[in-house]
Amino acid sequence: MLRSIALWLEERLHLTKLFESTAGHKVPPSTNSWFYVFGSGTLLCFVLQIVTGTCLAFVYVPSTSQAWTSLQYLNNEQFLGWFLRAVHNWGSIFMVAIMSLHLVQTFLFGAYKYPRELTWVSGCVLFLCTLGMAFTGQILRFDQDAYWGLGIGASIMGRVPFMGARLVHLMLAGSTIASETLSRFFSLHVFVVPGMIIALLSLHLRLVLTKGINEYPKPGSVVRKESYATEYEAMVEKTGVPFVPNVIGKDLIFSGFLIVAIVTCAFVFGPQGPSGPSGPPNPTLIHTAPKPDFYFLPIYAILALLPAYMETFLLLVAPVFALAILILLPFYSGTGEKSYRRRPIAVLVVLLGSSNSRAARLSWDIRAMVSAHGGVERRSHARRIREREVGS
Amino acid sequence: MSGTDQKSDCGCKKLAPTEDPSASGMSRRNLLLKVGAGLNGIAAALIGVPVLGYVLSSFTKGSRNSWISLGSLDRFPEGETRLAVYRNPITKPWDGDTAEVPCWVRRIDSEKFQVFAINCTHLGCPVRWFQESRLFMCPCHGGAFYEDGSHASGPPPRGLFEYQHKIDSGELKVLGGHLPTLAEPL
Repeated sequence: MLRSIALWLEERLHLTKLFESTAGHKVPPSTNSWFYVFGSGTLLCFVLQIVTGTCLAFVYVPSTSQAWTSLQYLNNEQFLGWFLRAVHNWGSIFMVAIMSLHLVQTFLFGAYKYPRELTWVSGCVLFLCTLGMAFTGQILRFDQDAYWGLGIGASIMGRVPFMGARLVHLMLAGSTIASETLSRFFSLHVFVVPGMIIALLSLHLRLVLTKGINEYPKPGSVVRKESYATEYEAMVEKTGVPFVPNVIGKDLIFSGFLIVAIVTCAFVFGPQGPSGPSGPPNPTLIHTAPKPDFYFLPIYAILALLPAYMETFLLLVAPVFALAILILLPFYSGTGEKSYRRRPIAVLVVLLGSSNSRAARLSWDIRAMVSAHGGVERRSHARRIREREVGS
Repeated sequence: MSGTDQKSDCGCKKLAPTEDPSASGMSRRNLLLKVGAGLNGIAAALIGVPVLGYVLSSFTKGSRNSWISLGSLDRFPEGETRLAVYRNPITKPWDGDTAEVPCWVRRIDSEKFQVFAINCTHLGCPVRWFQESRLFMCPCHGGAFYEDGSHASGPPPRGLFEYQHKIDSGELKVLGGHLPTLAEPL
């Protein structure tokens, strides 16, 4: 009976052919490595976010007067609402973390080189979209941090020359932070950015199939445009193994641990916010010190340390340059050595990038700690200004 | 080749083969394709232009400021700086508390006032007034401003945003209605 159903479906859907060209496609045996599990891990997080996010949207009210109350309802009244909020929050944290590891791994393994330029570009845009999801999600947790986070976003936008004011209006859906602003961010978080992610993900996975997955790089094995594609195809033809069932095992184990880790964090730490004991965000309650979620904390911390004349450049121009350097990487470094063992500058870039963000984060933590201890900083700040006045 | 009918071997009528479509430059299929694409282009514009207009309406619209009362002058003692709150002139019924806007009012003497936006000129965080040091300070990145709103220290690129104000029928009024930023101060 089952066999006849399977045959009936096979005849109509050509499932065997579909399997052979997708999950069962041949990959280099060297990719059966623990370093190759981060892509599927990120995908799993994304699926988890869609499932939990859809459930949360059943209850959440994207209105400035009701959002906070509906989140409180989710936390305290809705059956397992707190758990789904917690999983959604921790899923986003793990998604950003695992995606960062995926980015670093593909960078260090030279996976962006010929002929996988478009795979890299689509991956970089996916990374940006994920950060966009993190920012818009933080806004939907409509508390004091979210409200003033919008103000910070608007202030950064207001630094754009010539059209700054108009961009602020576009971002806020008006001239102030109000109900339409939250609706706009809800729409971006729930429809626009996820739609972009699904489209880009389809392209990304399609490219993984058409151009093949990057082989584990060997030191001394150099990419040449004239010969790489032929050599890769011959290698896969000769020694390749089907991704399912030969290689997927490590991905499944990693994904299993990932789910356990997310669920454990959700159970132990619970959902995040909405913070503030005083109720929905109220701009008139000014005794608040807004700070972003950890993804943006290094950038936020750096802004306390920069001289004023550098800020607009570093807020508006530097990110464009940094993104251009990242996205265009395969176009100016598309051939040559792949292995990180022969690319010391690549390793140095990763080490410097991670240590810089840690240093910025640390400086913020120290500053916050000092501020928390009786406003020492505030008093010393005032004293310094007074002394300067007296001196002049 | 003419379009006249011919007799086949079996004696039945046979239509004459048509001319090679590519030779005529515009076959029926090509014509349909082009008309179809053109119609779809028009349809896309009919939907796309209103959608773009809808989405970008906030981009093209400017701010609409108006005079808003902060209350009677008695609320602001001379020589002091007090927090005042007004309701945004343009609100939606579901705006909730976000329609409330705070600002700092400094009364210098009986007729002389300064009204500052709450937003730090660095990144828009709410600045607080410290009576003892007579400074406005920002909790986000340590920006500080003197009591007259001018920049004292820290990363802000300029002094506090200052509202235009007037005294009308014993009330202090400010010209407001948008979030102040470096691109569009008050």
